[in-house]
Amino acid sequence: MRIIYTDLLCIGAGLAGERVAIEAARAGFETICLSLVPPRRSHSSAAQGGMQAALGNCIKGQGDCPDMHFQDTVKGSDWGCDQEVARIFVENAPLAIRQMDYWGVPWNRVVPGKACYFKGGEKLEKEEPRDRSGLITARDFGGTAKWRACYCSDGTGHAMLYTMDSVALQYGVQVHDRTEALSLIHDQERCHGAVVRCLKTGELRAYISRATLIASGGFGRIYRASTNAVINEGGGQIIALDTGGVPLGNMEAVQFHPTGIVPTDILVTEGCRGDGGTLLDVNLERFMPWYEPDKAELASRDVVSRRMQEHMAQGLGVKSPYGDHLWLDIRHLGREHITSKLREVDEICKNFLGIDPADSLIPVRPTQHYSMGGVRTDKDGAAYGLKGLFSAGEAACWDMHGFNRLGGNSLAETVVAGMLVGRRVAGFLQEEDMRVDTALVRGELKKQQERVDTLKSSTKGDPPFEVRNRMQDILMDYVGIFRNEKDLHLAGEKLQQVLQSAENPKLSSSKAGADPELSLALRLPGMVRLALCVAFGALERRESRGSHAREDYPARNDRDWLVRTLAFWPGGRALPRLEYEPATKVVEIPPGERGYGGCEVISAES
Amino acid sequence: MNRKLTFAIFRYNPQEPGSRPWMQEFRLEETENLNLFVALNLVREKQDPSLQFDFCCRAGICGACAMVINGRPGLACRTKTAELPDKIVLMPLPGFRLGGDLSVDTGAWFRAMNARIRSWIHNDEEFDPDAPEVVMDNQVAEQIYELDRCIECGCCIGACATAQMRSDFLGAAAMNRIARFMLDPRDKRENREYFEVVGTEQGIFGCMGLLGCQDVCPKNLPLQDQLSHVRRKMGWQALKKILPWSGG
Ligand SMILES: Cc1cc2nc3c(=O)[nH]c(=O)nc-3n(C[C@H](O)[C@H](O)[C@H](O)COP(=O)(O)OP(=O)(O)OC[C@H]3O[C@@H](n4cnc5c(N)ncnc54)[C@H](O)[C@@H]3O)c2cc1C
Ligand code: SF4
Ligand code: SF4
Ligand code: FES
Repeated sequence: MRIIYTDLLCIGAGLAGERVAIEAARAGFETICLSLVPPRRSHSSAAQGGMQAALGNCIKGQGDCPDMHFQDTVKGSDWGCDQEVARIFVENAPLAIRQMDYWGVPWNRVVPGKACYFKGGEKLEKEEPRDRSGLITARDFGGTAKWRACYCSDGTGHAMLYTMDSVALQYGVQVHDRTEALSLIHDQERCHGAVVRCLKTGELRAYISRATLIASGGFGRIYRASTNAVINEGGGQIIALDTGGVPLGNMEAVQFHPTGIVPTDILVTEGCRGDGGTLLDVNLERFMPWYEPDKAELASRDVVSRRMQEHMAQGLGVKSPYGDHLWLDIRHLGREHITSKLREVDEICKNFLGIDPADSLIPVRPTQHYSMGGVRTDKDGAAYGLKGLFSAGEAACWDMHGFNRLGGNSLAETVVAGMLVGRRVAGFLQEEDMRVDTALVRGELKKQQERVDTLKSSTKGDPPFEVRNRMQDILMDYVGIFRNEKDLHLAGEKLQQVLQSAENPKLSSSKAGADPELSLALRLPGMVRLALCVAFGALERRESRGSHAREDYPARNDRDWLVRTLAFWPGGRALPRLEYEPATKVVEIPPGERGYGGCEVISAES
Repeated sequence: MNRKLTFAIFRYNPQEPGSRPWMQEFRLEETENLNLFVALNLVREKQDPSLQFDFCCRAGICGACAMVINGRPGLACRTKTAELPDKIVLMPLPGFRLGGDLSVDTGAWFRAMNARIRSWIHNDEEFDPDAPEVVMDNQVAEQIYELDRCIECGCCIGACATAQMRSDFLGAAAMNRIARFMLDPRDKRENREYFEVVGTEQGIFGCMGLLGCQDVCPKNLPLQDQLSHVRRKMGWQALKKILPWSGG
């Protein structure tokens, strides 16, 4: 079995992983990124709409500043975020985006002169000033006071990731793609690296690293219907949880995006609504202004998704063989706008629905989209519980998103956190040495090898694909947009049964090499444990906040629940252990009204 | 009545001792809106869990799922069975190392290509964190983005006769990438430097101009224009090398 030594091991080569890697490589450290797929296929490439940074260049963004970005982010989070982190984030976003520009991202620019735009269904006019000509422009996104989402057509994530990977190549970051981290090597105090399976050969290897980063993206695929790539199965969160000492933060905070298409659940960007698209019901009537007179379609995602769900529950959805849906209407934006600024949307509609969005309505419904929860870190990205372990990007709970992430704030998080955590990691590597404990390494390798061998020789149990489908359906049915005690209880019980099946499945093939069934079987128990963290965290949180909407506790309860859930899973337990910490130590904006969503608030003083 | 589809799928697992390439048939009933992403996953889940293939975004965005579909390279995730006859033949994309069955290692190929053409912005000036961004005309940004849309799926390589004959041929994707940097005012390389990386038989002068590449590009990139653009520039540069007095 191979043992590979490096200074920094990045588990994940999306935007966050590569950004951290670049910072370490530039400081002269040997850096290896692992990835399930070639880095450029990481899910960051699928981000369409934009990245938020308060540049304030375009006319509708004028007067924008980090302070306003901060307010939007905290309100968006429903006061669930860490305000110190949100502040660091907004202050650094303009710099991070300019650095991406310097590295080569072709951001769309301000074009001086008059132009039309749409707000809702209404056509309006704006005039861009001469003196801003050629600076980075922005579009409108939900939950923001200004136009702040900088973009490249609607391939923003793609353009950013290709640029980032180029820079990683330039600075000599090594990439070991088609590899999967199976566990962390640690002694309860310090992380020593990871045991990794090669997905080309099936071989197990140990990577010994002085610093280890988890940047493995979201875990949306524990749900059946998700906008996430099929590889977003939570590998990084699983190996952190499995240490027993590293907690996952706010796992119950799961975002549903208003516009996944029906069927196939592929996302069409928030940019559609930002650019003036509207939502229509079965009678082809616009309903959002009725619920949200002020923000209408551009209230935050949790709110729009809930309103859509409520509206369909009143029988106003459109019936289809794939269940009820609503319509997204972008026809009025015109073919030219759609084929240039919303080009991916145009292609997705044509290729996957067989319709032309310039003259047809797009069938949409709320779909699992983003994991606010993840590996809990401090403001420098250091994971709780294990020295030498860091986390960044969607995999982490750095916690600038709280209970609802704003559109465009995630791409921004990957590059801002990547930059800052990267600096911290480089500093750590500068200072901290490590004594390699070969017995520890061999022990962990052996443990994983035994798992593989046991799975291959098991003679009874259920097929892994079936078990996975069962888990996904339970989350869809009982841990969706609206939640209640009865459903969540049921989900917990059912998931515990599924966990038993997941731990003892039967493989039908067990061929040599990177057998896909074995790969799933290795990751499945961890996925079910993540599902249990979501369900159990949601059951215990007896309030509604951001994306977490309890029918039986509809108010946001700042008196009892202005806290972050920390889920630990010490070995041998049937359920995670939950602890809580204050949502934020620094309070710049005390909890108040969001201005949309119309949720009742139990205030901290009452 | 729904159609009964037959999938003839290339099978070969180089890791399995004794495995040899062969074609295996699977049958599936067609359902509404069925595409090859759904179909192949159904085959794997219900009929043969060892079947290897690559999907990631399943939305035509990431480039993971290129394969040869009834003789033509394309993205499996956005190919609907309704567009295909009852018998569907699936082969791995040629020109890349085979992982197993329909899975090929496009990642290593593209990484090596990007390293060879030094596919990043070359600029000696340090980034100034306090300065505003350098202005750029929106049209230029859009032109760069247009070429930046390549998803490194490898279809153009799979369809290129030159690439099949010589494994070191850089291919249309690389020429498109170089054209992208030539367009970008932030990249300070001179023609002479571009010439060093693509002015060769492995680069632009190996291309026979038959345009198999452009026909199959799922992103409809204007590969023909980029190939002739790079050829013209590099041809001129080659001439300058022979006729030094024509200016450097
Ligand atoms: C369809 C869609 C559209 C979006 N649009 C926007 C948008 O417009 N604006 C915005 O701000 N945000 C958007 N988001 C969110 C944003 O794209 C992601 O949150 C962000 O890109 C995540 O980046 P990341 O680097 O954290 O993870 P990813 O890019 O997901 O990368 C994860 C990496 O980890 C690797 N990995 C995973 N598990 C393992 C393992 N066990 N071992 C080894 N490697 C592993 C993967 O191979 C990959 O390289 C969108 C998300 C989706 C799903
Ligand atoms: S035109 Fe050139 S690059 Fe394209 S297929 Fe033909 S030989 Fe290959
Ligand atoms: S140029 Fe087109 S066909 Fe070739 S790799 Fe890029 S997207 Fe694929
Ligand atoms: S799976 Fe991403 S392009 Fe097909």
